[in-house]
Amino acid sequence: MLPFFAYVGIFLIIPTLVVVIAAFLDGANRPTLANVSELAEPYIAKTFWNSIWVSAVSAVIGAVLGALLAYVVATGDPDGLVRTTVSSASGVLAQFGGVTLAFAFIASVGPAGLLTTWILGAEAAPTWLLSLKGLVLVYTYFQIPLMVLVFLPALDGIRPQWREATETLGGTAWDYWRHVAVPILTAPFLGALLLLFANAFSAYATAAALITQGAPIAPLQIRTAFSSEVLLGRENIGKALALGMVIVVAIVMTLNSMLQKRSSRWLR
Amino acid sequence: MTDLSQTGAIAGAVVPPGPPRPGLRARRRRTLLLLRIVVLAVLGAFFLFPLLALLEFSTRGVGEDSPRTLDAWGRIVTDSTLIPAIVSSLQLAVITSVVAMVLMVPTMIWVRLRLPRVSRVVEFLCLLPLTIPAVVLVVGLVPIYAWVRYLTRTDSILTLSYAYVVLVLPFVYRSLDNGLSAIDVRTLAEAARSLGADWFTVITRVVIPNMAQAVLNAALLCVALVMGEFTIASLYNYVNLQVAIAQAGLADANMSMAVSLASLMFAFVLLLGLSFVGRWRRRHGKAAA
Amino acid sequence: MTTTRRALLSSIAVGAALLISACSPPSNESSTSNSSAAAGGGAGSSDPKTATSAKDLGGMDALVAAAKKEGQLNVIALPPDWANYGEIIKAFGAKYGIKVNSAQPDGTSQDEVNAVKSLKGTDRAPDVLDIGMAVALANTALFAPYQSEKWADITDAQKESTGLWVQDYGGYMSVGYDSAKVPAPTSVADLLKPAYKGRVALNGDPTQANAALHGVLMASVASGGSLDDISKGVDFFKQLKAAGNFNPVQASSATVKNGTTPVVFDWDYLQLGHVKDVPSWKVLLPANAVIGGYYAQAINKDAPHPAAARLWQEFLYSDEGQTLWLKGGARPVRMEAMTKAGTIDKAASAMLPAVSGTPQFPTQAQLAKAKGMLATDWAKAIG
Repeated sequence: MLPFFAYVGIFLIIPTLVVVIAAFLDGANRPTLANVSELAEPYIAKTFWNSIWVSAVSAVIGAVLGALLAYVVATGDPDGLVRTTVSSASGVLAQFGGVTLAFAFIASVGPAGLLTTWILGAEAAPTWLLSLKGLVLVYTYFQIPLMVLVFLPALDGIRPQWREATETLGGTAWDYWRHVAVPILTAPFLGALLLLFANAFSAYATAAALITQGAPIAPLQIRTAFSSEVLLGRENIGKALALGMVIVVAIVMTLNSMLQKRSSRWLR
Repeated sequence: MTDLSQTGAIAGAVVPPGPPRPGLRARRRRTLLLLRIVVLAVLGAFFLFPLLALLEFSTRGVGEDSPRTLDAWGRIVTDSTLIPAIVSSLQLAVITSVVAMVLMVPTMIWVRLRLPRVSRVVEFLCLLPLTIPAVVLVVGLVPIYAWVRYLTRTDSILTLSYAYVVLVLPFVYRSLDNGLSAIDVRTLAEAARSLGADWFTVITRVVIPNMAQAVLNAALLCVALVMGEFTIASLYNYVNLQVAIAQAGLADANMSMAVSLASLMFAFVLLLGLSFVGRWRRRHGKAAA
Repeated sequence: MTTTRRALLSSIAVGAALLISACSPPSNESSTSNSSAAAGGGAGSSDPKTATSAKDLGGMDALVAAAKKEGQLNVIALPPDWANYGEIIKAFGAKYGIKVNSAQPDGTSQDEVNAVKSLKGTDRAPDVLDIGMAVALANTALFAPYQSEKWADITDAQKESTGLWVQDYGGYMSVGYDSAKVPAPTSVADLLKPAYKGRVALNGDPTQANAALHGVLMASVASGGSLDDISKGVDFFKQLKAAGNFNPVQASSATVKNGTTPVVFDWDYLQLGHVKDVPSWKVLLPANAVIGGYYAQAINKDAPHPAAARLWQEFLYSDEGQTLWLKGGARPVRMEAMTKAGTIDKAASAMLPAVSGTPQFPTQAQLAKAKGMLATDWAKAIG
């Protein structure tokens, strides 16, 4: 246990503490609550809400579709072409993001994209992609592969004998799912969902390329605080925002574990 | 986690036992096949289309009606900054995966077997890196890296692997956790211990082979993350693969998209190769056994 | 582990954390001063780290020799198609045989300063900075004073008195457009027409980037406002958004080429970079709304390659460097002096877009007022 805590302590806890403490300091390193109270500003609250909404929706869509894809792969030949291709493709696409991903979508369904001009002609230039809804679509592009990678081992653990046992005992497919598969899969599914949520919550390179105006989500606000060459001296506000993000994820984590406990009790 | 003994109790509440309905298996196989085709087709199209759009863009010529050209792809080969960047990224990927695996696998098995109360803490710690945006992590790591440079007297790009291991923790944790929940670690460990194995043997020769797929997936995720990481390397002025791609692409839009596509395909072929190696070893292992 | 032991350990950990973050490792200072002494040692009489002009080191030749000995230069946030920096970097490298490491090309001025702070003591810290005026004025403590050979050619208003920062080039805010895809606008107000639906982009967010801030200022002046009042500019973009013409994507050479952003508000010298991708790209400087801005050069006080940094400044302010900027469509700071001396490249200066009306340069006070308004109102207007 010690190596883990030591490593994490040095390279994760300490930087986090540095940032958290700095969130309570002002420019001259004196303690202040001004940065944290900035979090209560309506426009910042709105960006947090936007972030939560985008992350939650893309996480749910990614989790459901990803679980479906993982199921299709798991029930196939373990050494077959489908499985190896999907696994490798998921490994590659799960981390595909940033400017290139944004541009790939701009080039396909953006205002001048291939699909847009094909369906709507070159005159219309709809900008729905460059909004929060469009961001959700782009996020699912890496959420689904991530779900596949993380959820597949759980699906692999389901033995075909359990299905046969249910059938022998006269159960239908519905019974199998409800009484056998879902209880076993709930915990890994919720855990993966949480990971997807956190992944989307902190993603910012893709959003920065798609919606560069107005910093509508939290990571973009943080970037503005750190890199803006127009509004200077807001570094510590950025750190307070980061603290806010950590708190949000901690809350979601607690909800997740509460949900897991309740669902396992209910299904027992 | 349910075990087999529960299935009987649950099924007892359902229809009384009897033979399976005729044609059930065939019908199920047909539905499954239909499902497979639909899901693979729809999702395949969803994933391929943006990549095709990238390909289309990278082969455009200059001006409205100019012919398609592979010039941008040709320019990749002549750009001298890309090869060292690819090598650095690959080295980082290997180091990060190895360190992350060595750190996490024993820890997670130990936690699951002996310290279940600590598992919540470990889970939170492993999710923390995801919640902190890279921009902020960079700021926090500055004093740490100052000490690292002092202690190791080196400024090489490979020091990035310390930060990368932290970045892959969430994904590795979730993958290993799901793998561990699919096998009955407690029974396996107890059985091995009662046969006289020490903890090291239990971990390396009993548990890990049973969660090989999860470990492999976690390693794949590490490699993919390191190959795709941009922000931290860029903010520390190191040149890894993604930084090199971004720089190459600034003046030349076509080439940047071509390089991104090329790096995706390169990573894909690499991962495919790794899985084939795994398959080959399994087949030969079975033959030898 | 018992709770008390855990609590004790965690409090020790927190204490250690604070200690480590508060102090930095000791021997780093000696290692950097060693390397710079070695670099400055051989040739001149004084240390290039503290040289405030070429004379301090014993003349230009001594400076060149010291720089060549260092062998490298770290620049930051210099995209190759920004005022011809690609050519400038290549020319400098070829002329002196010094390897130029260009990091974070799409960084902002603040990113440059952040890198100076976070990479302090390493070999990768930026040696020289090309930054917006606001960031320059706020961070003079990080710079080293230096006066290049052409110091006298630059007016007092465009340099800091000891040479902590010196303005280098500037340009005017313009509207670039693809004449093959959209009709040619004759004024900023034209952009509200339906022909531009979903096509008008601003280069960056005005609360983030200098260029975008000046873009909104230009829209304000063009819509009847003034440099003191940016609200008309914010209103203009609000109307643009309401008409569905505003495109919030980050304009880049890829989006311009692919047709997603056929109209871009940007510095006139940056529009030049798009012409090679889209031959039908044209530039409009709105009449009587010519807003200009200059950027400034500075040298990092703790530059890992101090002699090369100073040589870079000499190169940039020489006729050769200034002409390269001119070729990139920017107006170099010594343009007046060079025109008087007859050393200006006439063909290049003829290529600059025509200016109708007197150029206006917002003061820091006006910019501060504009920023204050944007901080509260921009996200609301655009969101």
